[in-house]
Amino acid sequence: MATQAQNMGRQATAAPFAIELKGISKAFGPVQANKDINFAVPKGTIHGIIGENGAGKSTLMSILYGFYKADSGQIFINGQLTAIPDSQSAIRAGIGMVFQHFKLVQNFTVLENIILGAEDGALLNTSLSKARRVLRELAQEYELDVDPDALVEDLSVGHQQRVEILKALYRQADILILDEPTGVLTPDEADHLFRILKGLKDQGKTVILITHKLREIMEATDNVSVMRRGTMVATVKTAGTSPEALAELMVGRKVLLEVDKGTPNPGKVVLSVENLAVRDEHGVERLKGISLEIRAGEILGIAGVAGNGQSELLAALGGMMRASGRVTLNGANLPLSGAGSDGQSRRAAGIAHVPEDRHHHGLILDFSAWENMAFGYHNAPQYQKNALFMDNDALIADTEHKMAEYDVRPPIPSLAAKSFSGGNQQKIVVAREMERNPDLLLIGQPTRGVDIGAIEFIHKQIIALRDAGKAILLVSVELDEILSLSDRIAVMFDGRIMGLRDPAHTNERELGLLMAGVDAAPGGGAV
Amino acid sequence: MDRLPRWADVALVPLISLLFAAVISALVLLAIGQSPVEAFKVMATGAVGSAYGWGYTLYYATSFIFTGLAVTVAFHAGLFNIGGEGQAQLGGLGVALVCLSLPWPHWTLALVAATLGAAAFGAAWAAIPAYLQAKRGSHIVITTIMFNYIAAALLVYLLVDVLRPAGQMDPASARFPVGAKLPALNDIPGFDLIFTKPVPANVTLFVALGMAVMVWAILWRTRLGYQIRAFGKSESAAKYAGINPVRITIIAMLLSGALAGMMSINNVMGEAERLLQNSSEGAGFIGIAVALMGRNHPIGVVLAALLFGFLYQGGAELGLWTSIPIEMRIVVQGLVILFTGALDVMVRMILQRIFGMFRSFKAVGAA
Repeated sequence: MATQAQNMGRQATAAPFAIELKGISKAFGPVQANKDINFAVPKGTIHGIIGENGAGKSTLMSILYGFYKADSGQIFINGQLTAIPDSQSAIRAGIGMVFQHFKLVQNFTVLENIILGAEDGALLNTSLSKARRVLRELAQEYELDVDPDALVEDLSVGHQQRVEILKALYRQADILILDEPTGVLTPDEADHLFRILKGLKDQGKTVILITHKLREIMEATDNVSVMRRGTMVATVKTAGTSPEALAELMVGRKVLLEVDKGTPNPGKVVLSVENLAVRDEHGVERLKGISLEIRAGEILGIAGVAGNGQSELLAALGGMMRASGRVTLNGANLPLSGAGSDGQSRRAAGIAHVPEDRHHHGLILDFSAWENMAFGYHNAPQYQKNALFMDNDALIADTEHKMAEYDVRPPIPSLAAKSFSGGNQQKIVVAREMERNPDLLLIGQPTRGVDIGAIEFIHKQIIALRDAGKAILLVSVELDEILSLSDRIAVMFDGRIMGLRDPAHTNERELGLLMAGVDAAPGGGAV
Repeated sequence: MDRLPRWADVALVPLISLLFAAVISALVLLAIGQSPVEAFKVMATGAVGSAYGWGYTLYYATSFIFTGLAVTVAFHAGLFNIGGEGQAQLGGLGVALVCLSLPWPHWTLALVAATLGAAAFGAAWAAIPAYLQAKRGSHIVITTIMFNYIAAALLVYLLVDVLRPAGQMDPASARFPVGAKLPALNDIPGFDLIFTKPVPANVTLFVALGMAVMVWAILWRTRLGYQIRAFGKSESAAKYAGINPVRITIIAMLLSGALAGMMSINNVMGEAERLLQNSSEGAGFIGIAVALMGRNHPIGVVLAALLFGFLYQGGAELGLWTSIPIEMRIVVQGLVILFTGALDVMVRMILQRIFGMFRSFKAVGAA
């Protein structure tokens, strides 16, 4: 690493670094979020920053963008010592940021969003026509086509992201920072994004790409810096490293990236879904007649871009949303509306549910870990002291036991759920649901916002439950996860199942097309 | 922003808020040409300087404990019950009907029956807004406020046209039978050594304290309380867990209304011994402030109720012994509510900054 930095240092005499950070430290109370970070990005390169949740990536970028003030250290932009007390100064220094959650006004047009905060005067017309001209040039230069007069709320997520990039470029950003830009994109859209970034690089712009996806780092970056627990542990040339080496740097130990799973041994049909349809509260049809089957000892993976009906499928099966159609579990009919269609009845029937959104559904963040361990199972006889009172002591003991078994850290039952890291929160939910020994497990985005170490653990648990002869419905927007865990894959698009594929005989490209609603070989690879 | 240590959050924030309220009150007193020191002395002597003063302070506090608990229970279900006033007045009607129905042989029987009557009438009055909220989505804040007015009008009608005994001039019910008279603290052996003069504080105080314990047990020790709190923290998560939102909304509001109604055994049965117009005298609204200041915990509610009891009694003393207008009592109460309820976040932010600075000094020192 030292030689690497020196090598870069020598280049510096020729072309100064676009960004150079020296000795940046930042503490929040007792937590040292950034410790003495030294980091340099050569001009005209794509630089990846990778690290687990809580490694300090976002803090570092927030310092660079003026949201936080570093406790100590210096920032050099193009070789100049620069103070960045607020985001206006960051923009003046030529830094543009594309956030994970877009900061666009939904009911403004693209053009209005682009000039927002960068108007030239009191009259909008001059700004708008100038922006229209600039936008046309940018679109030609970088494949950044967006209809300038479209309302942002009518745009796809991929296009909204382009608007964010255009916003930064309109403000003459030379350095573009993207925070987890591909979380919401299809593989095709992600490829397009990377082409755009390459184009920006060819024009001499500098790009910093923050991600937790190793594949993207390998594909798109020139250099990559790895962060772990607030420190910058290494900066290496992407061409000279491997995903395994990066993962090890991130976690600090060897990590199994491939899921180790034996051949499935499917038994009888556990879940049978026929013609399942769901309307949301506005009367919009979200599920348009889904049919599928899951056998005991089998994982059915549902792939798809977020928002194509996967959430509604889980909600309907988990008793959170009214539906129509016919669903049977072990041959018994499950009511889809009215009495017996709520979450309590589903649990009683033997369905456990790890919801997609642990913050809004899976956990009560203000409740302690032990209170959350009974959530949904608060009527279970083992948690009752007598007809009147709950047995909190038994519940705490039970929580201690599960925390040890699922390696939840810190193992303190009285700690509020919001005080745990994302990975440990997810382990609490997974422990609660899996330990009920369900016949069917519904599991949505099992590793969203979860660090690599915990991902490995949760994947192992899912496989173990399958090998114990349980049926598992896995929904994930991460194609890697779907491909490595599923025994069969169903791809959803626009509330329908576009096709079923065998993971051994398909690839990301084929799935990506199905996710975009294109069936290249109808029935071709079906299983 | 860094969080405060627990002791600061629970004790320091309300104390500093109170201090702010006191300082502003003092400034207001100075502005109208009165001495704040003198005023505080009068209030303290009158409210807590003698057993007699305590007898009044505790009497007011008893009512505020009930209404504070009522707001607390609803709050934990994520519901803001502003209707304590109306529910308390209906509770008073329940008390009156029970007390007037029989020549009660002993106060214990009358107390049990009147408590049930008060709770049933208060709960029934809360049930309608609860149903409208749960089934029709009518906002509970709006409907409970409306029900306060309906309750007041209903009671005027009943007191004037139905319950008023023939020949009586004022709109009030008949006097309750002697057997329904609750012992005041000065009537209870042991307590009579402290309270030598007749005071309005009565056995209802112990009912109120018992209810505080019960509310704590329900919220933190039973399945029902678990579901109420879960629903109040996150409706979407409650749906995931299969907690029935209609059921929880209605049960929580019934409990809340029952508690508000029960305050009437203190004032209607324990003190006035007949049902008067506007019997609750604003205690339903004070309950909101009490619950806010008590951080929606029964222990906090009891302490906050004592404070407001002190303000009520002390304020009355101001009117008696000084030329400070009685309205000043409302100004001071308003300031206390403003600072402990609404501006609580401001105090917390200031404290967080101070504690944060303190921490970074320590961090620098350690490094």
